[in-house]
Amino acid sequence: MTNSIPEIEDADCIFIIGSNTSVAHPLIASRIYKAKAKGAKVIVADPRRIHVTSVADIHVRQKLGSDVALINGIMNVILSKGLHDKAFIEERTEGFEKLEQTLKNYPPEKASEITGVSTEDIEKIAIAFASSDKSTILYAMGITQHSHGVDNVKSLANLSMLTGKIGKPSCGVNPLRGQNNVQGACDMGGLPNVYPAYQVVTDENNRKKFEQLWNTQLSSKVGFTIMEMMHGLEDGSIKGMVILGENPAGSDPDVKHVKHALEEAEFLAVIDIFLTDTAKIADVVFPGASFAEKDGTFSNTERNVLRIRKAVNPPGEARPDWQIICDISTRFGLPMTYESPEKIFEEIALVTPSYAGLSYARLENGPIPWPCPSKDHPGTPILHKDRFTRGRGLFHALEYRPPEELADEEFPILLTTGRFFPHYHTGTMTHNSITLENEMSEGYIEIHPYDAKDVGLTSGENCKIVSRRGEVITKAVVTDIVEPGTIFMSFHFMEANANVLTNPALDPICKIPEYKVCAVRVEKLEETNTPEIKAAANA
Amino acid sequence: MKIEYVRTTCPYCGCGCEMLLETVDGRITQTLPSKTNPMNQGKLCIKGWNVHEFVQSPQRLTMPLLKKDGVLQEVSWDEALNFTASRLQEIKAKHGGDSMAFLSSAKCSNEENYLFQKFCRVGFGTNNVDHCARL
Ligand code: SF4
Repeated sequence: MTNSIPEIEDADCIFIIGSNTSVAHPLIASRIYKAKAKGAKVIVADPRRIHVTSVADIHVRQKLGSDVALINGIMNVILSKGLHDKAFIEERTEGFEKLEQTLKNYPPEKASEITGVSTEDIEKIAIAFASSDKSTILYAMGITQHSHGVDNVKSLANLSMLTGKIGKPSCGVNPLRGQNNVQGACDMGGLPNVYPAYQVVTDENNRKKFEQLWNTQLSSKVGFTIMEMMHGLEDGSIKGMVILGENPAGSDPDVKHVKHALEEAEFLAVIDIFLTDTAKIADVVFPGASFAEKDGTFSNTERNVLRIRKAVNPPGEARPDWQIICDISTRFGLPMTYESPEKIFEEIALVTPSYAGLSYARLENGPIPWPCPSKDHPGTPILHKDRFTRGRGLFHALEYRPPEELADEEFPILLTTGRFFPHYHTGTMTHNSITLENEMSEGYIEIHPYDAKDVGLTSGENCKIVSRRGEVITKAVVTDIVEPGTIFMSFHFMEANANVLTNPALDPICKIPEYKVCAVRVEKLEETNTPEIKAAANA
Repeated sequence: MKIEYVRTTCPYCGCGCEMLLETVDGRITQTLPSKTNPMNQGKLCIKGWNVHEFVQSPQRLTMPLLKKDGVLQEVSWDEALNFTASRLQEIKAKHGGDSMAFLSSAKCSNEENYLFQKFCRVGFGTNNVDHCARL
C-alpha cells in the first residue's frame, strides 16, 4: 500500500475495485465503515454484489475482465470535465499527452458498451473520485489475477496521478495483500528477478554487491516463475524442487496439470506444518513450526514490519522453518549457523536498504513501516510524498484487452473465483480450525436464478462444472449475488476445487494466472438436497 | 499453573492484526486482540479469534517423513536431512544448479524467506526462486 490502513478512515472517497474487503480483509473493511459514518462516499466496482456494497453509494458490476475500459472511461470523463489536477500532472508526472490521446478512444458510451456499466454511473464515479479532497483506491486479487493484471494496476495508478490523489494522507493506490507475508516474501527477494529490496539480479552492481556480501558467485540470469517451474518439471529442464510452506497442488490454476508436474520431479522436498496435497507427492517432508512456535517478523500490506514471538513449543519433533533451512543447507555443504531469527534479521538489515534502520530492539515498541533507511528514521507510512521512486510518475497509455477465455456455445458461463469469510486460501489452516470448519465445511457455487432455471437447478442440489481443463462436482446456491452468465466458486475445498477449472493463461509481464475469468458449463446432477446450504445462501 | 500472554501477529491476511496468545502451562488457551496496536485497535476477525485452533490441531506434522516404497514413513531428522542433502548434491552435480527450483512462502517469516532465497542463490547459483504472490 502507498498509505497506511488507519488513514482509510479519514478518506472522503473510497474506490474499491476487485476486493471483497469484508471477507478477505475484515479489519480494513471496518475502516471503510468508519469512513462512511464520517461522510465518505464509497464506490464499489465488482461483478458480484459483495457485502461491502451494502454501504456503497455507487455499486457498478463491470463485466469480468473489463476493468481497463472502465477506468479509461472514468478518466475520459475526468478530462472532459476538466477535473484533473493540472499542477500535479505538470510537476510530478510524465507521459500525460500519450494517455490523453488514448483516453479519447474511451468516451463513456464506448466504455459502457465494453463494461456493461451505464454512462451515468461512469460519470458519477468520475465526479465523486476527482472532486473529493481525499480519494483513495483499494484493490486486491480481483484486479491482479487476470491475463492483463499489470495493465489493470497501471490504470489505477493513472487514475490516482491524474487526479493528484497520491503522496497525501488518506489517498493513494492501495493493493490489499491476500496473505499475511506476501509483502515480506517479496521484500526478501523470494522472486526470480530480484534480490532483497527489489534489487534486480541483471544489474551488475547489484550482483557484485551480493557476491561480496554472501562471498559467492551469483547467476545473472533471471530465474523461473512458479508456472515456468511447473513447465520445467514437465519438459525435464527442472529436476528437483524444494517447497517452503506452500501448497501449489491446491492453489495453482489448472491443478491437475500442476500435480502431474510435481509428480515428474526427480526429487521433491516440502517443509510444512500439515500434510498438504503437495506434501503427499513429496519424497521428503519436514515438519515446520507455526507462527506461534517461533520468533520472527512479518511485513503486512501497509509495509509495517511486525514481530511474531514464540508462545509454545512446536509439536513432537517439529522445528522452526528457519532452523530446517539452516540444517538442510549445512548438510548440503553450505554452512548456515545463525543462532536465532534476530541474527538473521541483522543480516537482512545489512543487505536490504529499506530495512536498514530496523532491529528487533526497535520493533519491541511496535511495528515500523519501511522504507526505514537508518536507525533514527521513523519509517514511512505514506509513499511518494515529494517524488516517485523513479523521479516523475509515469502515465501508461493502455488499451482494453479482453480476457483470454470468453464464453462460447460449449462453455457459455464465466467462472470467477474468490474466498468465503471463514476460510483462507487452500484451507490448510482453516479446515484444521474447528470453529471455522463449523461455519462452513463444504464449498458451493453461486449461480444466478436465470442460469439455474436454464439447467433446472435449485439451491442445495449438486451440479457439475466443466471447463476446458477439468470438471468438479459441488452444491449450487441460487442467488443474485452473481450476475446472469457468471458463477462464483472458491478454492478452499480440495474435494471441489475451482482451480481444477481455472485457466493458466498468464499476464505477459508479471506472469499472474487468470484466476478471475474462465469459461465453463454447468450441468445438473441428480442427487441429494442439503438444507444447510440453503441456510448459508440466506445468511 | 503458569499463565502467560505473548504478543504476536496474526498469520492469516495482510492486515497484520496484533494479538496476544494466552498460554497455560505451555498450551495456548485463547487468542485476544491487542488493544494498543493502532491498526486493529482491540479487534480481530473470526479467523484471528480462532487462530490457536489450527496451531494445536492433532493433524500437525510431528516427525520428518520419507517416501519408501511409494509410502511416506516417519524417519529421524538425521535420515531425512542426509537423504535430502545427498539428493540435492547429486542433482546439482549431474544437471547443474539451474535444474533446481525453489518455492518460497508468503506464510513464513521474513527471516525464513531471506534464508531460503539465499540457500537457492548461493547454494545452487540459480535465481529459480518464486512464491505465490501471484496466486
Ligand atoms: S484477525 Fe482477521 S483481519 Fe486481522 S490479520 Fe487476522 S485474518 Fe486479517
